[in-house]
Amino acid sequence: MKREISFVLNGEPVSVDVEAQWTLLHLLREVLELKGTKDGCGEGECGTCTVVIDGKAVNSCLFPVMEAEGRSVTTIEGLRAPDGGLHPLQKAFIEHGAVQCGYCSPGMIMSAYALLQEKAEPSDDEIKDGIEGNLCRCTGYVKIIEAIRSVAKGR
Amino acid sequence: MVRYDYFKPFTLGEALELMERHRDAVYIAGGTDLMVLMRQKKLSPKALISLRNIEELSRKDGLVIGSCVTHREIQEDETIRKGFQALHDAVCRLGSTQIRNVATLGGNICNASPSADTACPLLVFDAEAVIAGPGGERRLALVDFFLGPGETVLQRGEILKEFRMPGHGANTGSAYIKQTRRNGVDLPIIGVAVRVTVDRKDLRCKDMLCSAAPASEILAHFGEEELRCEDIRIAIGAAAPRPIRARKAEEALKGQLISDETVAAAARVAASECAPRDDIRGEAWYRREMAEVLVRRAVMKSLDGVLRPDEMVYPDRLW
Repeated sequence: MKREISFVLNGEPVSVDVEAQWTLLHLLREVLELKGTKDGCGEGECGTCTVVIDGKAVNSCLFPVMEAEGRSVTTIEGLRAPDGGLHPLQKAFIEHGAVQCGYCSPGMIMSAYALLQEKAEPSDDEIKDGIEGNLCRCTGYVKIIEAIRSVAKGR
Repeated sequence: MVRYDYFKPFTLGEALELMERHRDAVYIAGGTDLMVLMRQKKLSPKALISLRNIEELSRKDGLVIGSCVTHREIQEDETIRKGFQALHDAVCRLGSTQIRNVATLGGNICNASPSADTACPLLVFDAEAVIAGPGGERRLALVDFFLGPGETVLQRGEILKEFRMPGHGANTGSAYIKQTRRNGVDLPIIGVAVRVTVDRKDLRCKDMLCSAAPASEILAHFGEEELRCEDIRIAIGAAAPRPIRARKAEEALKGQLISDETVAAAARVAASECAPRDDIRGEAWYRREMAEVLVRRAVMKSLDGVLRPDEMVYPDRLW
C-alpha cells in the first residue's frame, strides 16, 4: 500500500508515493533516480549514503522514508549552483585530488557541507570529526581534509 | 525488502494504543540499530511504531532527559558538558556524526548492548529509568533495567520514557573512557565511567595533571596533600553480559585518601569484578587488564574535572 508524503528536496517541494518499508536512500536512488547518493554498506558504517536533513548529516540508508515527511532533504545533486556549476566543495575536491575512485565523494562532500553550514571555520580536528562517519579506501583522507579546509571561510 | 507498516503517533497514549492493536509491531526511535537488524533479517516486525514525533519523549529539562533525545543534542548541552562530563564524553565518541544526529539515548539503552556507551555514565549518575506502559508509569534504577545482552525489563508494549538523574554535590567530577581500536565509529573493547566527589578542590599540585609525569607520581602528590574521596561510582561496559557497577571497588575507595596505592588497589578490585568474554574485539584477559588501567585513568580524568574545571583536559592522550 502506497502513501503520499511531502517534503522539500533540494529546495523544491515534492510529493511522492512511497511504501512504508522504504528507506530514504531507496526513494532517492530507485524511485527519484538521484543516483548521486550511493548505496554502500547499508548499516551506517561507511557514510556514502549521507544526505543532509534539516541541516544535519544523516545516513539515508538507515532513515525510514516515512520520517522524511515535512523535512528538508539535501542531496549531492542539490549542491549545484543555480547556473549549473559545481559547488565550491566539489571544485575543491577535484582541485586537491580528493577524488580517486569517487564512491565516497558524494557522502564525504555532504558531511563536509553540513559541517561548514554549522561552522564556517572548523579546525582540522573538527573537520576530522565531521567526516568521521565517512570511509574512504583510496585517498588516505589527507587530500580530503585539505580540500575541506580550503573551502572553509577565511583560509 | 520485507513489507511492514509504519505508524507515526504524536503522543505516548497513541503509541501505547497502537502497540495494543498491532501485536507484531516494534517501537522505533532513531532506528540506527533497528534498521540494521531488520536489514540483516534478525528482526521482521509487521509494523514499526515511531517514537520520533512524540514531543514528551524528546524533552530535555535539567536532569530529566527524554528517551528520544539524540546523542547530538546531549553533545551540545552545556549543563551536561560541565556537570555530567562522563555522559558528554560518551556521546561524543558514540558512532559517527551521522549516527549521533539521529540515534537516541533511549535507543542506546533499550538495545541493551553490554558495550552501550551511554549506559556506564548513566549508571555512575545513579540514573533512574521512567517506563510508561498500558497500566501507567513505573520507575526503577537503571542498573536494574538490563537483564542481559539485548534483554531489558521492558514488558510488551512498554516504552522507556525518560531518565532522571538526581544531581550531585560540589567538588564532583566524572569521566568516561573507552578503549577502541580506532578513534571513530567503534564499539568499546572495554568502557569505564567514574564519578568521584572529593573534599576540596584547592590543591597545590593540580597542575601536575597537565604534566607528562606517570599516573603513579601524580596520584602520589594527591596523597601527600590528603585529598579525600568522599563518594565514588564506577561502572564498566563490555565487561560482563550487561553494564555493571564495580561496587566493591567503590567501597574500597570511598572515604579513603586519594593516593597511588588506594586508587591502584581499587582499580584491581574493579578488574576482579569484571566477567568478560573473548570475542572479536578483545580477549577476556585483555579486557580485565584494561579495566584496571582505565579505572585509574578515569579517576584521574574525573579529578581533573574537579581541580581544573575551566581548563582543557590535558594532555588528552593521557586519558
